This record gives sequence, C-alpha cells and structure tokens, in this order.
Amino acid sequence: MNKHILIIALIVIGTLLAVNLFHEYEHENLKLLKLKEKFTVEKKTSVDHSKFQVLQQEFKTPQDVTKTCISCHTERHIEIMESSHWNWKRVAYVEGRGIEAIGKDNVLNNFCIGASSNEQACAKCHIGFGMTNDEYDFNNALNVDCMVCHDNSEEYMKGSALAGYPDRSVNLTKVAQSVGAPKRENCGFCHFNSGGGNNVKHGDLENALLAADRNVDVHMGVNGMDMSCVDCHTAENHQLKGKLYSVSSNNTNRLFCEDCHGDLPHLDDMINRHTSRVACQTCHIPEYAKVNATKMAWYWSESGKLKEGKPFSEDNDDGDHEYLSTKGRFVWEKNVKPDYAWFNGKADHYILGDTIKSIPVDMNPLYGSHDDGDSKIIPVKIHIGDQIYDKETKMLIQPKLFSDAKGDSAYWKDFDWHLAAAAGMKRVGLPYSGEYEFIKTKMNWPVNHMVAPADQSLQCNDCHTSSQDGRLAKLTGFYLPGRDRSYVVDFIGKWILILSLVAVMIHGGVRASVVLRKRKYQVDEINK
Amino acid sequence: MKQVLIYKRFERFWHWSQAALIMFLALTGFEVHGSINVFGFEKAVHYHRFASYGLLLLIAFAIFWHLTTGEWRQYIPTFKNLKVQFQYYISGIFKNEKHPSHKTELSKLNPLQRIVYFGFKIVLIPLVVITGILYLNYKTIDANNIIVISELSLDLIAILHTMGAFLLISFLVVHIYMTTTGSTPTSNIKAMLTGYEEIEEKIENKAEDKNEK
Repeated sequence: MNKHILIIALIVIGTLLAVNLFHEYEHENLKLLKLKEKFTVEKKTSVDHSKFQVLQQEFKTPQDVTKTCISCHTERHIEIMESSHWNWKRVAYVEGRGIEAIGKDNVLNNFCIGASSNEQACAKCHIGFGMTNDEYDFNNALNVDCMVCHDNSEEYMKGSALAGYPDRSVNLTKVAQSVGAPKRENCGFCHFNSGGGNNVKHGDLENALLAADRNVDVHMGVNGMDMSCVDCHTAENHQLKGKLYSVSSNNTNRLFCEDCHGDLPHLDDMINRHTSRVACQTCHIPEYAKVNATKMAWYWSESGKLKEGKPFSEDNDDGDHEYLSTKGRFVWEKNVKPDYAWFNGKADHYILGDTIKSIPVDMNPLYGSHDDGDSKIIPVKIHIGDQIYDKETKMLIQPKLFSDAKGDSAYWKDFDWHLAAAAGMKRVGLPYSGEYEFIKTKMNWPVNHMVAPADQSLQCNDCHTSSQDGRLAKLTGFYLPGRDRSYVVDFIGKWILILSLVAVMIHGGVRASVVLRKRKYQVDEINK
Repeated sequence: MKQVLIYKRFERFWHWSQAALIMFLALTGFEVHGSINVFGFEKAVHYHRFASYGLLLLIAFAIFWHLTTGEWRQYIPTFKNLKVQFQYYISGIFKNEKHPSHKTELSKLNPLQRIVYFGFKIVLIPLVVITGILYLNYKTIDANNIIVISELSLDLIAILHTMGAFLLISFLVVHIYMTTTGSTPTSNIKAMLTGYEEIEEKIENKAEDKNEK
C-alpha cells in the first residue's frame, strides 16, 4: 500500500510537470488574424483627379492649386485651418500653467531650438505657403498647402528656406491631378526629416520606412502588412489621431496600439495582465534607429569653429555630420535600446520666458509614476545636449539662426551668439541681458514606431532580472518580481536557513558520536 | 510490540504530495525571486503558478479531511510535557533516554510537534497561501476590463511571501532531520510511507487509560 501512495504523489507531480513542459499555445491568435485580414484589403479610390476638367490647366502659383481644390472641396480648408498641422499649436491645460496655446512658436527644443525668427527655413514643414515671419495670416485659406499631404505622384517637395513654398522644379499640374490619400512619402517628408535630416529627431521615424523590411517595422514592412501612416493615424475632418509629446501636453486624441489590438491582445494571461501598467511599445519596440542612426546628443556650445574664416563640417563613416560650424557637435547612435519612463499622457514643456528650475533643463517633462494608476511604462528616446541661455534672467534663449545673407544677426551666417540672441529674444518679446552661457538640456521622445515582429519582443528576464543591464534597472519606486527584494528579509531568511542546517548538523553529529562511542565501548567490552 | 496504523491512506497521500509540491514551489519560487537559475524566469513563473493551484486544491481536501475525521484535534497545542519533550531533544536524546511521549493512534504527536505543526498550519501556511493568492491574482484584468488588486502594494505581498518561503524551507530542513529521532533513524519515515509503526503495547494502554480519565 505504501507504494501506491508514493506512486500517486509522483504521478500528480509528473502530470503537472508534463503539462507545463509540453504544453505550447498552438492556437492561432484570431484577433490578430482578423486585423490582418482587415488591412490586407486594398482600398480603391472612387475618383481619378486626372480626369477632372478643372485640373486640366497650367497652375502658375501653388495658391492657384489650393483655390481649385476649394472650388470642389468647399469646406475642407476650414477643417485644415482648425488643425495643429496648420496652426502649429494646440490649446492645452497644463498643471501649474492653466490653459495655454502651446506650439512651435513658444515651445523650445534641444535640436534647432525654436522656430521663432527662423520661419523662412522652418516653414518647410508647415502646411502653408509664405510663412516668412511671425506675422503670418493664419486666416488666409489660399495659403493652405493641400499638395504636401495629398500629392500621390511623389513629385511634390517643399523648397529649402522658401517659407513653405514648393521647390521651383515642381510641376504643379502633375501634382494636382495625382492627389489622393496621404502616402508614407507625404507624412515622411516632414516627420522623417525633422530636425534637419533623416531620423535626426525621432529615431523611430525615418526614410527607411518608405521601403522597410518587416523586421524593421512589422506594420509598414513592404514584405509584411505594408501599412501606411494613415492606416493607424486616421483622420476625421482633417483632425489626425495621435500626436507626439515634443509639442503636445494633454492626454487627449492619443493613438494607442490597443485601438486596433484591444486591451488583451495576447493568448497568455500572464502577459495580458502586464498591459494595465506596461505600454505595448515597451516590449514590442526593443530597439529604435534600426536602419539609420539617430541623434542622441547635440552640443551647441562647440559650434562656431571656423577653418580659414569659413564654416566646415566633419562626417562619420556613415556620412552623418559629427560636427558643423553652424550647429556644433553631434552624437549619433544606431540600434539604440530605449530608456523607460512612467507616463500618464500629460507633459509640460519649456515655454519661452520660463526660468530654469533644474540642470539639466528638462525640455518636456513627461508626467507619471507608478503610484499614478493611469501611468504606464513607455520607451523613450532621451536626447541630451547643451544650448544657449541667459545667465542673468535664467531663461533659455531663442536665437536667430537663419537668414539668407550675412549682416542680419543670424548665427548661421555671422557666428555671433550675442547678435543672434539679441535678435531672437527681441522677436519673441523677451529680455536679453547680454550675458549668455550654455546649459545642459534633455528632451524626451516617446518611441512608438518600428514595432518588431512578435518573436523579437522583449522576454521576461529582460526586465525581471536583478542585473544592472535589466531594461528597467533604472525605473525604481515599485516592486518588480525578479529584480527587487527586501534585503532585510532575504538576510534574515538566509540566516534562519543556515542556522537550521547548522543546528541539525550539530545535533545529528553529537547523536552519531554518542552512538559510535557506545558501540565502541560495547565492542571493547566484548573483546576484553 | 504491535504494528499500529498511525497514518491513514489519505494522510500519507496528503503529506507526500504536499511535501513534493512545497519543494517544487520552493525551487520555482526562488527562481522567480532571482536566487537560483533552473528553468528560466518565464517557465519558473508558469510552473510556480500551476503547482500553486495543486497545493490549494490539496489544502482544501486536507482541511475537509481533518474536519470530517476529527483528526484536527491532534494539533491542539498542549503545554503539558512540552518542557520535558524539549529537554529530551537537547539532552535526553544524547543519553539514550526513552522518548517522554508515546505515540498512539489517538495521539500521534508529541507536545512539541503539536505546537510546531499548529503554528505551521495556523500561521505559516496561511501566510504563504494568502499572500500567494494575492500575488497570483495581482493586477489581473476581469471581464469588465477592471484591474483587480491594484491598490495593494506588491512589495508587501511579495516580501511576506518570500518570508514565508524562507521559514518553510527552514522548517523542511529541521522537519526532515527530526524524522531520524524516532525509535530507529528510519522508523518515522517508514511509518509515514507505510502508515504502520511498531508501538509498545503496555505504554499504549497506559496512554489510553490517561485519555479515558
């Protein structure tokens, strides 16, 4: 009978083990299959603009094109003129500030610092024509640039430093006849090249996405789902879903993976329950800048060196600028592991006129913490650097950087920070004491794109480890199994265990020696 | 001397499967804790959870068995002879003295065992089980998309659970050693395997007399 009991116990344990060892989820993820089905269907356009009578003409100015667009799409320009793409700002509520319009004319960054006084160049990425200064007429519908987003001919491009006007080579008629839904080339023209070059700012948005492998981006990979930007960033009345916290502040109009994939997208319950506090991107974007490098640091303080009185540049082996006299020194990195932060969808920004509170200056503090139930862990690209600020007023300086010619106080022509600072600050209506210095800054760029195929996502022990290389090693303030422990409890526990072992060994040893001595005594007695 | 059935069939099944489960849970649990590396974190978590369901089920059966058979009375602590029993383990045992307590069917635990097992059942197991159930369900998401047990801090749950685990394996060490202190070093283990143990008749009768009084 004794054997039976043991056998039953062993069978129970054996079964438990076997079920675990050999059980693999082989079910197809039906939710995912449905999504794939949905996005595999190619959308057909219902109109061919090249057949429209009104577009059979030689357009002399881009405004003529806009006028023609509006002649049929009679109210669309109104929608556009309410969008942040046009206004370059949003009205937002920020704790400690109240309600404020926040956008490119008052928020600074730590790349090219700010658009104010540099509109001529910066407006290359404004969906309008003729923004040369801060007196732009945001109510003139004719200046809406329909083509930059709707050109489907890949012909259209905005000219450099043309205040948002198209390049002179563009055949406007060809563009006007091609229009359709935005393609990745349209969005990418600005969003891939922001900061003055490919992949400079985002790290997860770059020209490689125009024809990416699915290992680079599982959604956009041309050998995969081949989705376009607007498949996710859908729009209603020209208000696009999703935004980035380099300029946004509020937890509104965000685009989530969950919008398509649902709250519980995995077949495994253990992984699903992570979704309440861990954003999808955290595990599914293990690296960014997977094809081309991105800028990780920008030191303005080193700018201004000249060779024989002329600006110069130094490139690295990949052809990226490591030094520019106009901009300073850069650090580029490829295949970067993100930093991680708690984020609840709210952010603040350095707004022109703010006095700095801490060094390095956090250009866009992301709010959130473990104790805030609405926060999730997200991956972030942190871009560091130094930039000009006023020692007396403790304000970051908006310098005038761009001008067509020398003698206009622009730093990129005259290489004089005093002149650039004075001119820039005068334009934004802030004081400049005449004393400048460079101050360390950091900026947070949530990483949302370049989602990896599922088999490349992070594994449990990438975070659940006490190793210093653990992905969440720096994100403290909460208990993470496998990483955290109470050292007191561990210490006491270990010693209780050790002392128990020692105690039974001593006790057993003494007992054994007593028995042995007695036996020896008996043997000796017998031998006598 | 007489062969007496001390441990009944269910009791032995319960004892050995609980022993196996606890050892397996300790192995996987300390892997989740980061102390050892056997299966890898992911598998350790899954095994630990699976085995914990087994243990919960077993405990449910054991509680039912103890209540229905009245065997739970075996664990009511008594302070009578507790000191004597303790002294036996720290001195008498070395002088080859007789066990101060005598096993019978109706009283198979000595006073020290009674108090230790009572603590084991009333404090240690509940501590590990309750924190374990909380851990098991921490931040699960229910059908209405509401996160369950999110207000309680995981620190507390996990640290108490770890504490329980350390105490459990320390208990295990001492417990296994103590099995060698029977009439022969293996007689206790044999009894737990077969159910039967040789018991001196005379003393058994005496004990019964006492109980009757």
